[in-house]
Amino acid sequence: MSKRIEVRDLNVYYGKFKAVEDVNLTIEPRSVTAFIGPSGCGKSTFLRTINRMHEVIPGAYVEGEVLVDGNNLYGKGVDPVLVRRQVGMVFQRPNPFPTMSIADNVLAGVKLNNRRIAKSDAEALVEKSLRGANLWNEVKDRLDRPGSSLSGGQQQRLCIARAIAVEPEVILMDEPCSALDPISTLAIEDLIEELKTDYTIVIVTHNMQQASRVSDKTAFFNIAGTGMPGKLIEYDETATIFSNPAVKATEDYVSGKFG
Amino acid sequence: MTAPTEAPRPAAVDTVERRGDKTFSRLAVGAGTAILIALAAVAIFLVAQSLPAIVAPAGSFRGTEGDFWQYVAPLAFGTVWAAALALIMAVPIAVGIALFISHYAPRKLAQPLGYIIDLLAAVPSVVYGLWGITVLAPATVPLYEWLAENAGWFPLFAGPASGTGRTVLTVAIVLAVMVLPIITALTREVFVQTPTLNQEAAYALGATWWEMVRMAVFPYARSGIISASMLGLGRALGETMAVAMVLSPSAIISFAVIQSENPSTIAANIALNFPESAGIQVNALIATGLVLFVITLIVNSLARYIVNRHERSLESR
Amino acid sequence: MTATLPPRAAADPQGAGPARVNSYTSGKLPRWAAPALTVACLMGAIAVVALLAAAGAIGEFSLVLAVILGTVSAIALITTISLIAEGRRAATNRFMIALVITAFVVALLPLVSVLSTVLVNGAPRFDLQFFTWSMRSVIGEGGGALHAIVGTLQITAWATLISVPIGLFAAIYLVEYGRGPLARAITFFVDVMTGIPSIVAGLFAYALFALIFGEGVRLGFAGSVALSVLMIPVVVRSSEEMLKLVPNELREAAYALGVPKWLTVVKVVLPTAAAGIITGITLAIARVIGETAPLLIVAGFTSSMNYNAFSERMQSLPVFVYTQYANPGTDVDVYLERAWAGALTLIIIVMALNLIARLITRLFQPKAGR
Repeated sequence: MSKRIEVRDLNVYYGKFKAVEDVNLTIEPRSVTAFIGPSGCGKSTFLRTINRMHEVIPGAYVEGEVLVDGNNLYGKGVDPVLVRRQVGMVFQRPNPFPTMSIADNVLAGVKLNNRRIAKSDAEALVEKSLRGANLWNEVKDRLDRPGSSLSGGQQQRLCIARAIAVEPEVILMDEPCSALDPISTLAIEDLIEELKTDYTIVIVTHNMQQASRVSDKTAFFNIAGTGMPGKLIEYDETATIFSNPAVKATEDYVSGKFG
Repeated sequence: MTAPTEAPRPAAVDTVERRGDKTFSRLAVGAGTAILIALAAVAIFLVAQSLPAIVAPAGSFRGTEGDFWQYVAPLAFGTVWAAALALIMAVPIAVGIALFISHYAPRKLAQPLGYIIDLLAAVPSVVYGLWGITVLAPATVPLYEWLAENAGWFPLFAGPASGTGRTVLTVAIVLAVMVLPIITALTREVFVQTPTLNQEAAYALGATWWEMVRMAVFPYARSGIISASMLGLGRALGETMAVAMVLSPSAIISFAVIQSENPSTIAANIALNFPESAGIQVNALIATGLVLFVITLIVNSLARYIVNRHERSLESR
Repeated sequence: MTATLPPRAAADPQGAGPARVNSYTSGKLPRWAAPALTVACLMGAIAVVALLAAAGAIGEFSLVLAVILGTVSAIALITTISLIAEGRRAATNRFMIALVITAFVVALLPLVSVLSTVLVNGAPRFDLQFFTWSMRSVIGEGGGALHAIVGTLQITAWATLISVPIGLFAAIYLVEYGRGPLARAITFFVDVMTGIPSIVAGLFAYALFALIFGEGVRLGFAGSVALSVLMIPVVVRSSEEMLKLVPNELREAAYALGVPKWLTVVKVVLPTAAAGIITGITLAIARVIGETAPLLIVAGFTSSMNYNAFSERMQSLPVFVYTQYANPGTDVDVYLERAWAGALTLIIIVMALNLIARLITRLFQPKAGR
């Protein structure tokens, strides 16, 4: 059920400030794409435009097109709510709903939308999603405990389970491991590898080793200076970006000369 | 994922949800607007009901031969005078308590103490009034006699002392007790927020506790103390029952605080006279209420202005 | 006292005496000095006042006078001794600390006095009859405040019903939707509303209902409207604070699951802030339930039961306390006793509401997790 994402001539603004300029790229289905780049280069901003989450910030808007299987997300009359059901997102810090149990957190996408679901279906969905997030064995005996009772890494996998329970086409991950310890990070990376068979995955990461470990393709973003818009510098196979990049700035960045 | 995709979702669900969104945001806007309308209504009704009294000819008011302004003058004076006296007593003590709780008492003690102060704020004013008239007023009589005898040369304490203790000073003490918790709570919040780094820096320079407070706490808290006092003043100005029950009122302007003839306050005057009033008297009372509203509005705006200016000056640092 | 460092002049190394003491303690009074001096001064003052009273110099023994005398002399003595032994800076420090502690004790006195008087005077009539009788045709002894309690509950309930939806939705508007001039206007006027004196709120309600029902109107519901004017700004403020505390990440998480904004607010934001909001509402109720002045004006007073807030006068507990005090019959003490019993009931209700509010925060606040 994964889909191709095409981005054409995309500019992102916060009010008058142009945060990202002129991005063109195509993301293949059933692949993992990593966005890397120094802080403030607009990679997270760009990621959020793929499910219209940037609109949550007042004054933000875009020019250009983002096509998911040929449908423009920014076409006339497109409901951002429907977009977000197709394009899920996992955030930097794990954010399970504190008022809900583990099971309810997984079902959040269904229950919050007031959709009725039979008890057996709900249980099946919880198990399927938690298995999908490699969390089932750890929490199956305490599904009614609050989601915040889990460790940071478990919480993040709970958030991934929550995202896949809505059965999206694409999963966006905004630095999903930056708040986690190395062992939890490894668990998430293994999970990404498995999820790739069903979903199109886009991940923003600060960690270049992580990008090289998990991704098929890598996009490098950079800015010329503060106050300038971020730009897509280079987009290629991950192996190429890290071993034989075409642009000097990319080489400097991946070899650790700045950033 | 083998489950069939729900990709082309039914459009009906969509519009229903959109409608929910619209209804909800309209409710929110409506509630906000309702507040504006309510406040406008307060202003309009008060002004409309006040006008007949403001334009009424001289001699139509109780206790004065003059017009409305001569009627309201002693009341407005009494209101400000009693509140000011209360504030003079309450602020130093409130600052002291706030300092005690925030920077002196051990942390384990500080929180329960804060609760006690909050509870003090919750005691209804009618209870304070009852306490003021039955306990405090009689207790102050010997003090007033002593003051009239020994400090009578000072205009404020001029005799003859009241035999019942139902004086402006007693009222001011009750008001001070009532606004104390409010001022303390607000001041304490400001004190707690003063930067710890500066306090540690002061200690590291060998400062004593008091020097630390003067160097690292007061400079940050000054505007907070002022605005807390202003808000307390606003409360004291509008306080009704305690004054109505404790004071023995007359329509005079006098600075003497321990005599039996005292200027009344606007709020107390309304409470005492409203139940038996009719016609133009009611309009007159509502008009005095409008004057009170304006006075408290000025005091509160001043407080906000000071706070905002201070916040801006902190930001620009 | 805890952090007083030795003044420079006294920090003379090794010069202290034959037995070599820690030089950091030299020139500093021992820890027990100040408390011991205070106790001594208080005892001394009591003795002096008692002697004076026995000698007939003053009327009779007065504990208040003794305590004042003792406190003043203790502060003076501690400061003087510190000035001689520890130097000027330390003396100033001790003086200010003494003042701060005194301020605290002074503030506690009225609280203790108020609570103990209410308890002592309220207890005699705090009986079954007080809670089962109204004052209808009661002259002299007996009677109760049932009509007032019923009235207070009705008036407050209506006020809550009006204030909570308006206040809560206005807070939701300010936090979740509000931008631009309308939001700024609401914030400003809620501030203005916070400063409205309660009697003015009463006058407003009177003016409003006089327009509809004619002059001299007295209604329980008019009292509710007056209380709402006082309650709405409190509810807006506290709810706004609580909604702002809900982390933005939770809203984003819900949006990312394809949840519309209003369902996000209803199902994620409000439940997360629920404990705080309910606490705020409880405290707002506690604040208005003791209001007397506006009810005296628009709800009036009566000695009979009235279960209908929409017709006729309605007694409330605070007004009951006031009228028992203000309009005593032939037997003043009986009326005063009822007033005190009413005051005790009122304080118990207010304290209970405060306690409930704290318990709600303690028990139902969702654990932050991190």
